[in-house]
Amino acid sequence: MVIILVGLATVGLKAVGPVVLGGRQLPPTLSAVLFLLAPALLAALVVTQAVGGERSIVLDERLLGIAAAAVAILLRLPLLAVVVVAAAVTAGIRVLS
Amino acid sequence: MRGWRSGSTSRVTGSTTRTTYRQGARRIAPIGAAAGVFGASFAVLSHTAGIDGIAAVVMSATTFAGSAQFAAASVLETGGGVAAAVAAAVLLNARYAPISVTVGDQFRGSILRRLLEAQLIVDESWALSRRSDGSYDRRLLIGGGLVLYGCWVGGTALGALVGDRLGNPERYGLDAAFPALFLALLVPQVHSRRALAAALVGGAITLVLIPFVPAGVPIIAATAACLIGWVRT
Repeated sequence: MVIILVGLATVGLKAVGPVVLGGRQLPPTLSAVLFLLAPALLAALVVTQAVGGERSIVLDERLLGIAAAAVAILLRLPLLAVVVVAAAVTAGIRVLS
Repeated sequence: MRGWRSGSTSRVTGSTTRTTYRQGARRIAPIGAAAGVFGASFAVLSHTAGIDGIAAVVMSATTFAGSAQFAAASVLETGGGVAAAVAAAVLLNARYAPISVTVGDQFRGSILRRLLEAQLIVDESWALSRRSDGSYDRRLLIGGGLVLYGCWVGGTALGALVGDRLGNPERYGLDAAFPALFLALLVPQVHSRRALAAALVGGAITLVLIPFVPAGVPIIAATAACLIGWVRT
């Protein structure tokens, strides 16, 4: 269900330029709003996954893993390395504690 | 322009076309390798959200937009339900409307052809195809997009084979992998002050709402932060 709906919507969104509008442009304000959806949502996902529990804020080993990932991002390591660092640090701390 | 390879006259523009598609493919190769591994991790992580291997591959093949796929899986995993998962993924992909508009005038041919080629528009292929004068090269986009597509779907299939055999994801710290991934995806999106403001406001809305509303809702509410786009700079 999720897969079908998301798939159809994505096909449609990507087709807006080449198929629906041809060569025409969107109003600049609408474009600006649509472009900001991605950073707003990604930040929301970071927060949800970092501290979200069952209707509560949970602070646990994940945060240290994410902090390590932030360092990896600052060092411009590739995406995979960032994710591996986060997982390894989190798993490591769980083993130790 | 490039008549140096006009040996085959059977296809009129064949030589230049193939060279440029290939250039797109070659330039994106390092990112393609990363996309393959990323696809594998999608299969593994979505497995923890209750999406089985075949479903993960189908999703990679039809949606072909990593962050939205991870978002949908993530919302399902945290108990957000189908509606919130779909809404989060679709809103995350809403950027493809303006992105596809920027390259729209480069696409030619029948509606079906343009529809199919448009599916190869992803953040990376789009960025690759940008010329220094601000216009876009469709062939670089398609060449790069095809490589990414193959790596992404193939990687997901490989990950699906492994994902079904992993035990408790928390043992491997995979619950921290999700937020780390979103953080890494967020950074390149924050290319302006307004994008930074949208990210901060979106994150703050989520943090405040988590204790009070069902899972999934804070993420959708956070999209209100995009209204910052209405403010003139």
